Amino acid sequence: MSEAHRGQVVAHQFEDGGQQHDADTLGIWVFLGTEIMFFGGLFTAYAVYRSLYYPAFAAGSRVLDIKLGAINTAVLLSSSFTMALSVRAAQTAKRTALAGLLIATMVLGAAFLGIKGFEYYQKFVEHVVPSLDFAPQGEVLARLAPGGLGHAQLYFCFYFFMTGLHALHMIVGMGLLFVLMLRARRGEFSAEYYAPVEVTGLYWHFVDIIWIFLFPLLYLIGGRY
Amino acid sequence: MTTRQPIVPFRTYLLVFLALLALVLLTTGAAFVDLGRMNTVVALGIALVKMVLVMFFFMHLAHSTNLVRLSVVAAFFWFALLITFVFADYGSRHWIPDPAPWSSSAPATHP
Repeated sequence: MSEAHRGQVVAHQFEDGGQQHDADTLGIWVFLGTEIMFFGGLFTAYAVYRSLYYPAFAAGSRVLDIKLGAINTAVLLSSSFTMALSVRAAQTAKRTALAGLLIATMVLGAAFLGIKGFEYYQKFVEHVVPSLDFAPQGEVLARLAPGGLGHAQLYFCFYFFMTGLHALHMIVGMGLLFVLMLRARRGEFSAEYYAPVEVTGLYWHFVDIIWIFLFPLLYLIGGRY
Repeated sequence: MTTRQPIVPFRTYLLVFLALLALVLLTTGAAFVDLGRMNTVVALGIALVKMVLVMFFFMHLAHSTNLVRLSVVAAFFWFALLITFVFADYGSRHWIPDPAPWSSSAPATHP
């Protein structure tokens, strides 16, 4: 690699690429710290209302499709795996593999959102969308009624807000991945300069971690026995 | 002092990924077994293990600088403060009875 190219990839305020990499990584982790607080507010509110209205929350969780939830968890973990491999491909300067792995990550992300969208559609069919259409009937009503419909509605508020905010983060992440993929195809990344791939990866894994907690909290709390 | 990030072997990523998938099956399976209150503990415990795996290997905390690790610990510390104080509030509200004019005019919103 020529000196001129090196000059471009290390910004002038840094001693060298290593220092720049440390600064980039610290920056994204501080941002992720604010994200933990952002989602933390919702998790805390969820914990409070769950402790107050446990029967309604448990009943609500049994209305969700546990199979789709588990499959979606696996899909998202797979996308984290391909994202981790993307960073590796960038580090080892495998340009084609990098673009391919980024596309794979986006496809898995889209699959997750597709399944999530189908689940949202099911909630509309079952009339368990808080405020807009909350009038469950038949089996769903029989499941939710013992815990109180008002409190069940609160559970679905948390369900839609938490999964919705998570999905929003995924859409942002997929936009970032798309830009990365274009840059990777142009050959902008090398073993010396791959911080954008690493940093986007950290964000993507963070969104994955949020889901790792949403899955048990929303789908598993009531048990299925 | 700068660090050079090591390249994690493919094998490590693959093993972590397989472990994560196994944990998804385990946590889903555990939901079908009646463990009483332990169901929540098991589900959150498995989620915690998954998070640690993702953070240490996929997010490279295993070879991060201590400054980065400190930032992560700080974020979780603040989150722990949030949870602790909110529950200290909700958990202790019933210790002091509501003043008569309040409790007679409004229905109780918490136990």
